[in-house]
Amino acid sequence: MDIATYKPEDFKSDQMVRWCAGCGDHAILSSVLKALPSIGYKHEDVVFISGIGCSSRFPYYVNTYGVHGIHGRAMAIASGVKVSNPRLSVWVITGDGDALAIGGNHFIHLVRRDMDVNLILFNNAIYGLTKGQYSPTSKQGSVTKTSPYGTVERPFRPGGITIGANGSFFARTIDSMPKISTDIYLEAAKHKGTSIVEVLQNCVIFNDNVWADITDRENRDDRVIMLKHGEPMVYGKNMDKGLMMRNNMIETVQLGENGISEKDLLIHDAKTEFAGIHLLLANMEYPKYPIALGVIRACEASRSYDEKVEDQLEAVGEKSKIHSMKDLLYSGATWEVK
Amino acid sequence: MSKQAKVIEIEEVAIRFSGDSGDGMQLTGTLFSDTSALFGNDVSTFPDYPAEIRAPQGTVGGVSGFQVHFGHTQINTPGDYCDVLVAMNPAALKANFRWVKPDGIIIFDSDSFDQKNIEKAGYKGNPFDEEQVGAIQLISAPISSLTRESLKDIGLDQKSIMRCKNMFALGIVSWLYDRPLEHATNFFKYKFAKKPVLIEANTKVLNDGYYYAETIEAFTSNFKVKPAVIEKGTYRSINGNAATAWGLMAAAERSDLQLFLGSYPITPATGILEELAARKDLKIKTIQAEDEIAGICTAIGASFAGSLAVTTTSGPGLALKGEAIGLAVMTELPLVIVDVQRGGPSTGLPTKTEQSDLMQALYGRNGESPVVVIAASTPSNCFDYAYMSAKIAVEHMTPVILLTDGFIANGSEPWKIPDLDKYPGISVPKAKKGDGPWLPYERDPETLVRTWAIPGIPGFEHRVGGLEKMNRTGTVSYVPENHEVMTYIRDQKVKNVAKDIPPVEIIGDEDADLVIIGWGGTYGHLVTALSEIQREGHKIAMVHFNYINPLPLNTVEVLSRFKKRLVCEINLGQFANFLRMNIPQLEYRQFNKIMGLPFTVNDLKDVILKNLED
Repeated sequence: MDIATYKPEDFKSDQMVRWCAGCGDHAILSSVLKALPSIGYKHEDVVFISGIGCSSRFPYYVNTYGVHGIHGRAMAIASGVKVSNPRLSVWVITGDGDALAIGGNHFIHLVRRDMDVNLILFNNAIYGLTKGQYSPTSKQGSVTKTSPYGTVERPFRPGGITIGANGSFFARTIDSMPKISTDIYLEAAKHKGTSIVEVLQNCVIFNDNVWADITDRENRDDRVIMLKHGEPMVYGKNMDKGLMMRNNMIETVQLGENGISEKDLLIHDAKTEFAGIHLLLANMEYPKYPIALGVIRACEASRSYDEKVEDQLEAVGEKSKIHSMKDLLYSGATWEVK
Repeated sequence: MSKQAKVIEIEEVAIRFSGDSGDGMQLTGTLFSDTSALFGNDVSTFPDYPAEIRAPQGTVGGVSGFQVHFGHTQINTPGDYCDVLVAMNPAALKANFRWVKPDGIIIFDSDSFDQKNIEKAGYKGNPFDEEQVGAIQLISAPISSLTRESLKDIGLDQKSIMRCKNMFALGIVSWLYDRPLEHATNFFKYKFAKKPVLIEANTKVLNDGYYYAETIEAFTSNFKVKPAVIEKGTYRSINGNAATAWGLMAAAERSDLQLFLGSYPITPATGILEELAARKDLKIKTIQAEDEIAGICTAIGASFAGSLAVTTTSGPGLALKGEAIGLAVMTELPLVIVDVQRGGPSTGLPTKTEQSDLMQALYGRNGESPVVVIAASTPSNCFDYAYMSAKIAVEHMTPVILLTDGFIANGSEPWKIPDLDKYPGISVPKAKKGDGPWLPYERDPETLVRTWAIPGIPGFEHRVGGLEKMNRTGTVSYVPENHEVMTYIRDQKVKNVAKDIPPVEIIGDEDADLVIIGWGGTYGHLVTALSEIQREGHKIAMVHFNYINPLPLNTVEVLSRFKKRLVCEINLGQFANFLRMNIPQLEYRQFNKIMGLPFTVNDLKDVILKNLED
């Protein structure tokens, strides 16, 4: 098959999709399928790896190589695949429980190493496959089967963790915004290093409308801001609101009021190494702020982890006198018995 | 000048160097054993060190020891008891006195035997009175002050000077056993290439120690241990961890696969990771993972991507890897898991040896989860069994657990460099295009092995995972009958490995009444006990297992030949119970020690003689 003629259907497997009707996962699958023909990899060079949870069924539904791993470990399995063969396009599909509870350690270390892997985090703030227990991203006070009186735990913010772990790429999207999502997956694929994409995803059965405050079509445009590198931070149904930096904090402002115009607003610089502003943007929460969507941080290093591994093999190999097991066996102190 | 001491020829000697963890005893012992190996002796070593890097100075808890056993004859163990104990302080004496032979020699640093150190070691009065030294010869040498004197003009600070005193001790012992000093001095040149003053300092102290021993007339004689009569060839010294790493590399080279290690540092297995991390020139890829689970999961990922994948660990790490081993069983991917056993449970005795992970290796997972279990039995044959573990993992598309232990992992011995062409080839069951469509779980009808399809190759795109697989197609299946079929297939697939492993052999007298049965790292002690008992005129046989699951096909036949079977192991009887389960028609006696130490030949002989009679 010619890579130039790939269509989304070429990446669809013959397996029946078994997510609940109305689940946000369907839309995510469809957005990813739309991105795949354009990522520049051949069919056989793409690998999807998942852990455990509803989202982790994903690899069965794409017709590439895939591993449905064990709970929390997709990040580690993917790291092995990528280091073993850096020519592959490696994708991790995971959820808020899989990536941030049982797999939290692997998540931060994947990000820290900056391996060239793309990770899509389906965040529905609930455990779906085990039927409705709170997750590390559930809002404090969430009433679930294991928190009948509301959780007393503070939630994780995936963006904060990513940036705190020295991450090079963080983006956020909403399951029900397919066009933006596809663009973001393409950006993630392009980025050299670990790309984390958080998708606010709706679990229709156990946590329906969890993000409705933000995702509801009626109010959405006033409650999210679509960040674009190099452009001023404007948002709102009428594009009349913006973000400014005042007193070392981000503030929401109304354009035209108090003489504020577009030139007073923050310009989004996703590529700056300075992570402070990215952390503020990633951690913005409704209702105080609009939720930031789009590529919040994309600060690419010159070489990714897997490339540096190859570089080292090359460099050491050139200098060494040992090129085979036989060379090694006879190296150092040896003696003859006659 | 001293009068010429007389020279006595002896067959074998065991020397134990001991001191504070910071005294450099491991290095001293290693230099001495390498010198002896280069000299042509057969050698076996036993490092015995604490888990603490630097326990409080002068205390028994901080004593680090290194025993070297070398000889003109074949040497299979580091020796139960030592002929010479070098004690750098009273704590070293306290910790090691029990290992000195009644007619042995103790060389001690008299400078360190002051009131403070004596008390720290837990002695109340004169340590030598308290220990009742009897006929043991005591050599009091002011090692610290002579080292200080030797280096007073060299321009080093006191601390650096004192770090050379182990070389004074090495010098004394080198004279006593007529060892050349070249190996040590060459080592200084290499090790301290960037600090020439340390080359000079260590060389000077070593020589001064040597001539001190010659001069003092404390020794009535010195000893000569002639080179051993061993097979011709080129030799090198190797420890079990290095041999394991090299065996894996040899298998990768032979099978033309990329070697990948995902591992997390853990005593006493870390040496394998270090060895492989250093071999970028042979294109070895290693990840020092964030934890044990990531270690094995990166390896599983690498295996899926077509590498010869390995993870290395010790007991607690094997426990953490259990779930992921199950994933490798379910996905039927090749994987080698090396477990360098140590004392358990929990953190247990990290630096001590034990054979207590056998049941964990066999059964420590959820579900019916069969894997191949292999055990190496000497430092150098870790190479062979690592190679075979990789070969079986790849050829049978299965996880293989290779068991070694702290004793053989850290112990070293001379090793005749093998001819790699004599090792069996490794055939990789790569997926090939056939007439019909390729199915991930279609298998060879004989071996039940599925084929390996690797990302990057068009036409074989497929998904594997931890959910139960449909026979042949590999899709997810919850069909009850299929689960039963697959469970039997996975079981039989591992059993089929028995056809590819050599039969177990009888060592010693085939017509003996009693057979001693061992497995893994106890080989050296068992075989030494066996030959000593034979020399004393008794008939005795031995069967030693390297392949544990599956057992060699002739196991029942061989074990049935004997009237009495004594299973000896460093645990509470795990292999004995495994035999009882698999071959219930036979009776088994047990000998078990669980002190974190290897067997002693003496203990073994006692119990074997008793069992010969009963």
